[in-house]
Amino acid sequence: MAKIESEAGKSGGSLINWIDERFPLTKTMEHHVTKYYASKNFNWWYVFGVLAFVVLAIQLLTGIFLTMNYKPAAASAFASVEYIMRDVEWGWLIRYMHSTGASFFFVVVYLHMFRAMLYGSYKKPRELIWIIGMLIFLVLMAEAFAGYLLPWGQMSYWGAQVIISLFGAIPVVGDALVEIIRGDYSISDITLNRFFALHVIVLPLILIALVFVHIVALHEVGSNNPDGIEIKKNKDASGKPIDGVAFHPYHTSKDMIAIVVFLMIFSAVVFFAPEMGGMFLEHANFEPANMTATPEHIAPVWYFTPYYAILRAVPDKLLGFILFVIAVLLPVFLPWLDRCRVKSIRYRGWMYKTALTIFVITFLALLWLGLQPAEGLYVLLARIFSLLYFMFFLLMPWYTAKDKTKPVPDRVVYHG
Amino acid sequence: MVKFKNIASALVLSGCLFASQSFAAGGGAHLEPANIDLDNIASLQRGARNFMNYCSGCHSAQYVRFNTIGRDLELSEEQLMDNLMFNAEKTFETIRAAMPAEEAARWYGKAPPDLSLMARAKGADYVYNFLKGFYVAPESPTGVDNLVLAGTSMPHVLWELQGYQSAHFDHHENADGSVTTTFAGFEQLAEGSMDAEQFDDFVRDTVNFLAYISEPIRSERRTIGVWVLMFLIFFLILVVQLKKQIWKDVE
Repeated sequence: MAKIESEAGKSGGSLINWIDERFPLTKTMEHHVTKYYASKNFNWWYVFGVLAFVVLAIQLLTGIFLTMNYKPAAASAFASVEYIMRDVEWGWLIRYMHSTGASFFFVVVYLHMFRAMLYGSYKKPRELIWIIGMLIFLVLMAEAFAGYLLPWGQMSYWGAQVIISLFGAIPVVGDALVEIIRGDYSISDITLNRFFALHVIVLPLILIALVFVHIVALHEVGSNNPDGIEIKKNKDASGKPIDGVAFHPYHTSKDMIAIVVFLMIFSAVVFFAPEMGGMFLEHANFEPANMTATPEHIAPVWYFTPYYAILRAVPDKLLGFILFVIAVLLPVFLPWLDRCRVKSIRYRGWMYKTALTIFVITFLALLWLGLQPAEGLYVLLARIFSLLYFMFFLLMPWYTAKDKTKPVPDRVVYHG
Repeated sequence: MVKFKNIASALVLSGCLFASQSFAAGGGAHLEPANIDLDNIASLQRGARNFMNYCSGCHSAQYVRFNTIGRDLELSEEQLMDNLMFNAEKTFETIRAAMPAEEAARWYGKAPPDLSLMARAKGADYVYNFLKGFYVAPESPTGVDNLVLAGTSMPHVLWELQGYQSAHFDHHENADGSVTTTFAGFEQLAEGSMDAEQFDDFVRDTVNFLAYISEPIRSERRTIGVWVLMFLIFFLILVVQLKKQIWKDVE
């Protein structure tokens, strides 16, 4: 402790010293940034955590400026969004960044979660990081859903109508619950007002708190790596993991490349295809909400459609809702469903590799099917892929235990 | 040539509509491409004139300001005043319909929708085919129906230009006894002041303007986007060098 203080005094001058005696500034910086060691063999799958943080920052910043010009009332919400798009200086850019950011949040988070499945990042001792991460994912879904109502377009209105009415399938309390969520007998000005409150205050606060806890837990345990080896098992004399390099400047300089590449893709969408062919901004949402006219085809935004496809695949409303909820929650149990002794896919056998490949295809197929009308062949396909989705998780204790594994090396594989 | 184009477009339409099994499929049906060009200022200027002369009597564009049009379509304040602003005095005003909405709702059964975002909500092709798709239907209160939006309450506003046409449908009985109706083509009943090619161009300019007002910032955002991407490419080179420098000593 004394050593840290004297070092800080030398490098940062007396002001830092003064602060350090009253607040753990240097200690916190070292613990989380300059002396947080993560494996030097991170590949590009390891950038999505930082990218999720970048998107969160984009959403918070653009959100503040949108809030300054948006009007959360049924009579003026749609017009205020067009006011932002046309009359507010740079309003169009802020709005497109926010709407594009919503979709990119899910792209990045889905890839971040997939990385954990590739390298067993949810396994012991990182179960809690994974569970907190899943909570973040759930809050993010609620946040995106609440936000989608705010432009008060046709798809905002009818998409919310469809999703909220799902809760009506719950026996006994269903109808009352739907009324509580809406605050009215139908989606109205009151619903819009409370969704605005949830979207700009309640959910972002929870989100930020969870992200904070997620990172604190990660920095306590240490990051996993593509080999699934605990780098803390090999330390040098000073106590630094031999295969680890400091988060700053090593990983930050690498992450900067990822951030710039990400911003290039992000900007390409914002400036050249903000609607993304109706995927990010649905065409019907350029018509104001009209409770007397249903759009021809109602589909939630793409990031909800894998689960929506499962919901629609079941003929019974209540059973569909139950399976929909289970589908969203099942990944929470991955740390205990996965009984393989090794973490990384590099040292796992063919069974897990096959299962994960089928799962990726299944997820993408369900995503696509959820965007199609529920008729004919689509329903059959949705049922097949729903079954595959659940089988991946439910059969996992069996195939991960049975799978042959390869020997795991003592040190991480790094080619310089 | 004109005739051939008509027949060809009718064939394309009928072929596509056959595939969708229903002539009233609306947004779901395949449509003849509008082929608009949002960078063609002359076309947009003609479209603005068409809009103010033929659309703005009944339809508003409540989010669109005249000075925005002036800026993007390279029109001076005088040009705006003389050619476009029939019921507005200041250039910051938005496009209001000449006809009061309540009256319109009483006359037509439905207030004419605002057109600020129509091309963005429905697509330029939809609007193009809608404006060309009116045909004589004596049982309809307006005397016409529409191939794209069956049962529309909008009358054939452009009849002076296009003339009147009738639509022919084939009724095909399926094996299961149901009847599939397919569009077989239009037949010109009365000539308008324009020939088919002139009318296509007229509608195309108008749709081009509608697409422009649905997102006036479109050209500017693309221009800015090129600069943003060029900066990011330059910045990428820098951060790659920085990373290499910092990781030099990692073994």
